[in-house]
Order: sequence, then structure tokens, then C-alpha cells
Amino acid sequence: MSDSTKGDKIRCDACPVMCFIAPGKVGACDRYANKDGHIIRCDPLTILDRRLEAGGEVRPFLTSDWDGDLVKSDDVFVSGVGSGTTYPDYKPAPFIVSREVEGADFVTVVTEAIFSYCGVKVKIDTDRHLGREAATVRAAGEAIGHVTTSEYGSQMLSLGGVDHLTGGSKSEGRVTCDALLRLCNQEPVDLEIEGGAEVTVQAGHAPIVNGHKEDRMRVGCGSATIGMFASQWQGLVDEVVVVDDHITGVVSEHQAGKVIDWPSTGIRIKGHRSTPGRYFKVAQPGQGWGGTDLTDPLDILNPWLEKKGARPGLTLLMVSTTGEHYGYYVLDEDLIPRSAPLPEALKPSVELIAENCEPALCTVLFQAGAGGSLRSGVTQNPVKLTRSVQALKTRVTCGGAPAYVWPGGGITLMVDVKQMPDGSFGYVPTPALVAPLEFTLSREDYRALGGHDAAVRSVSDILERGGEYGDSVRVVRPLKAPS
Amino acid sequence: MQRAQVNWLPDGKRMHLHHGPIDMIVDASGPGRDAALLRAVRRFDTLLEELVAELPRLRSPSGPPPVAGTARRMTRAIEGFALDFITPMAAVAGAGADTVLHAMLSGPGVTKAYVNNGGDVAFYLTSGHMMRAAIATRPEGQITIEYREPVRGIATSGRSGRSHSLGIADAVTVLARNAAAADAAATMIANAVDLPGHPGIIREPANDIAPDSDLGARLVTTHVGHLTDTEVDAALDAGSRYANKIKSRSLIYGALLCLRGCTQAVGHLPHIQMKDPLNA
Repeated sequence: MSDSTKGDKIRCDACPVMCFIAPGKVGACDRYANKDGHIIRCDPLTILDRRLEAGGEVRPFLTSDWDGDLVKSDDVFVSGVGSGTTYPDYKPAPFIVSREVEGADFVTVVTEAIFSYCGVKVKIDTDRHLGREAATVRAAGEAIGHVTTSEYGSQMLSLGGVDHLTGGSKSEGRVTCDALLRLCNQEPVDLEIEGGAEVTVQAGHAPIVNGHKEDRMRVGCGSATIGMFASQWQGLVDEVVVVDDHITGVVSEHQAGKVIDWPSTGIRIKGHRSTPGRYFKVAQPGQGWGGTDLTDPLDILNPWLEKKGARPGLTLLMVSTTGEHYGYYVLDEDLIPRSAPLPEALKPSVELIAENCEPALCTVLFQAGAGGSLRSGVTQNPVKLTRSVQALKTRVTCGGAPAYVWPGGGITLMVDVKQMPDGSFGYVPTPALVAPLEFTLSREDYRALGGHDAAVRSVSDILERGGEYGDSVRVVRPLKAPS
Repeated sequence: MQRAQVNWLPDGKRMHLHHGPIDMIVDASGPGRDAALLRAVRRFDTLLEELVAELPRLRSPSGPPPVAGTARRMTRAIEGFALDFITPMAAVAGAGADTVLHAMLSGPGVTKAYVNNGGDVAFYLTSGHMMRAAIATRPEGQITIEYREPVRGIATSGRSGRSHSLGIADAVTVLARNAAAADAAATMIANAVDLPGHPGIIREPANDIAPDSDLGARLVTTHVGHLTDTEVDAALDAGSRYANKIKSRSLIYGALLCLRGCTQAVGHLPHIQMKDPLNA
């Protein structure tokens, strides 16, 4: 058989066995694999150097520039990125690493887990209306999730999950897996919300809503904005309305105005009054002013009442919760507001709102259940691992990033994909995502929970031998000291 | 290309021998310990090359007798199973352990020694010594073998191992006269723990997963879905029948078969202790 008829199988020359390895498979040793036609070492490829400060680049590591002083085993944490999975999950996880941590002998069990139950929670910092709660979210025409509850200043999406991955059509599963993979690997994904907006989401970047890049997150709801800035407007303008889809605030009626004796103006707002100066549902949700569908804020005003204080020449500032939209008006002889240039004196107050807004970002949290058979790669008695995690004896990380583990049964974890090394995620055609997963616990606890003690290797051993296919090894800075 | 490597495990006591797919944990006691460990290292140095030299033969169910010692241990270990499909590779881990143990014992002053080759263990005991091994049952257990017992090899096979299995056993642990015999038997019993035609069991041709596999296009198990209690029992029963059959031919002393938290025992199993998981 010639090399060409062997197709994309390649011969590994790491040891005398010289295995032929098919694409995506590992050799007899479980240490070397064929990835895209190259033999790679699937020992832990990613090593976190604890001493580097947080926030830096992932840098390639080659044996030739190996500096023994730079990475000592005390300061590194071996990550599961690229470690090769234990799928099917019954053999010991690929790398069970022993390391000394402050005198105690710690064990890190490193694996790449296949998560059949997984998805992402996406937080989009915008007060623009993206869609109704429970509205379907689509990518490439397939339903991949839904809009969930709004949070303060943010819209939340729940994407993926087992129903979309494997519970629907093949195409739905494939598209969902692809969208999750790209979101988790911090790539942009275009989403379409049924009856709502089109939004481009990328972890760590500003959302793009209907082609418009969102700059700022609102400073607070309209009522809160009144509360924060009422005293700064006093004496400069007769009335201020902060337009907000959630709660629109009116300074002359609001408690914050009352306490500084702000006089009534005879303004009348459409919508449901909640408490004085606070109005719900002044307009429909949308992409206009303050997350409403308003393009002209005057649409929310009823005729002004003279007997309550309206008078010609009365001045009005209308502003959105981000300071992005604002307008200045003066009542004419017929008590109709007429647009006028914003006086210099008021500009700082509008700018202050903008200044107090945080940059609008998309945040992607990977959420998955690690409660299945992968636990048996860690210990021969899986429930003990679950109990150890729940008792906080075992620390769970994904690519070195700390994972929040939900209380209650199983190991359901959440992790910020921005904290994970680039390209941490992969997939299998199931479809399901593959993500690095590390369990760190003391050697003593590891033995006690029935761990595969014989498979434990030292960090220095992994560093030394992981250098053989050096271009595959990465040193990344740690996010948090493992211990 | 990698050479054979030797390291101490972090406990500073046990020795770790590694080359390619082989990982052995080795230890000995007695005044001759250091010399015995040195002999283990020397013997290990060429072990993989010797096997590789005869690999095509060792991957075939039949052929001329191989030349090297370890390869001969492998062919000897599978002789009793020739009615079923088996290649010498079924005993490769155990035979490697036996070879290194044999080298350790070719000198004085060793009172106890063991070679654990990825879970397949060859050991040596003198009077008053015993071997304790953790076994992959649920709840986990420990097995103790005393000097007076004939067992000198323990091997575990099944889907918890590195090799591919034709069956669905999570683990089958076998006690036999040496590690090669235990290894071959564990492989065969694990293959027999099966539910042929069960729709929840996914199988793929072995050579799709590993082009060089000695199993050729035979279907190996890649996934086992939900099994009812009755199905688990039926699969274990099939394995136990096979285990009893080979026990009656004196190929093994005893076996423990595990699937989905259920365990069946066959034959002589000295001093098994099960831990209560609730107290662990």
C-alpha cells in the first residue's frame, strides 16, 4: 500500500511501535494523535505560568527557547487544553499530574471532557430591546436558544443545551454546536431573535444590534439616573425626563426632585405611573431612545397643564439612560415644546451620564454538566468525585480558569470563556462540545476517593516530555493560583 | 525517537519505567532491592524494540513461534484460547510485566517484587509476604494474595483499559499463575461480557479507530447506552459462563466481572474486601 492509498492516516515516529494513526485518533500509547495530518502530542499542551500577571498573551513555546528558570513546576498549572479526551470515558484521564503545592502533594486530573449537556449564557450589555422573554434565538435559520430574563442593563440569552444539540433535527444540532463552538472560542456569531433584533455577539466585544455597534451600557434605569443627577440639573433647566424602556423618570415629580424642592412643571407623561416621577411602558421596546422604539421623545408627552405650572419659556431636557440620545426644548406660547440647541451649561450633565456608563460588552459563560461518565476517568468511584467537588476539596477549572460549580447534585459548572486560553474548545460530531477540564485535589484526597494513583505524573516530567512536539505546547499565564 | 525512560514516582519509592505505550510501576523489597531495580531498568531498556521486531507475527492469530522471550510468553499465554479469535497481543502487557519481574528475580536478596504494567501485575512473594491490589469493582475493593496461594498474576481488561474490547464489561479482573495468562484471560472474558445485537451498544471496526489493530475489522465497542438491570445481569452471566469454562481448563484461578456497578465473581478469590462507599 502506498502512502497515498493510506489516505490521511499517518505514521507516528514517537516510539518504536510506529503506529499508523487515523485522523482524529490517538496511537496505542494515548499520548500522540493525528490532528489535521500532523502528529501532535496530546499530553497537556497548555501550561499556566502562575507568576505572570493576569491578562496577557498566550505565547507559543518551543523546546529550543525553553528556559528552565522561567517555568518551574511550582509555578505552573497544567491545563487540559488539547490533552485528548477520555472518550469513551472509562480509562484514566490522559494526564494525572502530581504537583507539590505548598508542601502538600496535589494531584491535578487533566482531561478534555465531551459535554453532551452544555450551552452558553450570553449577557449583552444593552438597554435596547432585543426580543421578548422566551423568544426563539436563531443562527443560520435554526433555533439554537431563547431570550431569557433581562438583567440590570443587560439582555440575556440562553443558547445551546441538550434539546437543541441532540433533541431536534440534525441541522439544528449541527448549527447549534457550531454557534456554541464559535462563541466559546471568542469568535463573532450572528444571531436573529424572533420578533426582535439581529445581533452580533462576540465574547469581550461590544454587541452589534441591527448593524449598530453598542458603545455604552446604561448608567441605571431612568429613575435611578434622576436620583443620581437631580442636584446637578437644578437651576440649569426647568424639567428633566430620562427616557428608559424600563422606568422613565421625571425630575419634578420624582422623590429626588421633591427633596430639593424642585417645582412642578405641569408635564404629563403617557404610560403607567408607578410611583411619583416613575413611569412604566412609556413606549414599546425597541432600538430607539433608552431601549424604547422612540425616535422622537416628545411622543411620550401629553399636553402640558398650565394650572400645574406649565408656562411659555419653560425649558426641558430629555435624555436617554446612556446619554447617547438627548434633546433640549423650550415651551412656546401654546405650551408646545420646541427643539432648541443644548445650552453649554447642560452639556456636562449629559456627558456625565455617558461617562458613568460602562462599555457595553458581550459576556459568554460556558455552562455544562460534568457529572457523567467522564468522572470515571478521574476515579474508579465517580460519585466520590462529585462529593469531593461539592465539599470543596476538589477544585474545578477549565483551561486553568476557575469554574463556578452549582450547589446541589452533579457537577454543573459555569466558566467565563474569556478567561480560558484561545482555542480551548472543540467538538465531536455527536454533536457535543469538547472543553478542557481539570480537577485539583490533594494527593491524599485523591487516593481516598479511589483515584488512578498509578497514572500520576510529575509536572516536571510533563514539562520535559511535553516539549518533544514543542510547537504544540503553550505556556499561558494563569488567572488564579491553583491550590 | 524516544528512548526508554526511568523515573521515580513522586513518592520517591516506586520506579516508573516508560517507553512508547508502556508504563510500568516497579518495586521490590529485601536486601537485594537496589540491584533488582537496576536489573529491571536494564531489561526494560530493549523490551519495546524486541516486541516491535516481531509485531506482525504478534498481531496474527497464528504463525511460526516467535523468537524473543516476551513474545514467546505471549504466544504461550493464548494457547488455551485458540478455539476463539485471539492474537498474542491479548497478553502483551502481562507478558511484559512477567519478563521484567523475571529479570528482577535473577539475583539474590529479593523478598517481594512486583511489576505493574498499566494495571496488569506480575509479582513475587516469599513466605510471610502478601500482595494487596485495588480492584475496579463498585464499591471499590481490595484483594490480598498470600504467599501460600498460587496466584502470581493479576490483570484487568475491559472498557476501562487502553485496548479495545469486543464486549461491554467495564472491567474484568483475573487472577492467574502469571500476568500474561491473567492478561489474555481478562481480555477474553471481557469480550464475552456482551449483549449481541443490543441497539444501545455502538461498535466500530477496530481498524477504523486504530489502523494497525490486531483485531482487524472486528467490531469493537465504542459506546454503551442505557442497560436495564436484567440486561446487565444477562451480560455478566454470559461472561461468567465463559470464565467458568476457562477456569475448568485451569487457565485462571478466579475472576471478577464488573458492569454498571454490578459485580459477579467466578472461582477462587482470596480475601476480597469491599469498602462501604457511604463510609468512604
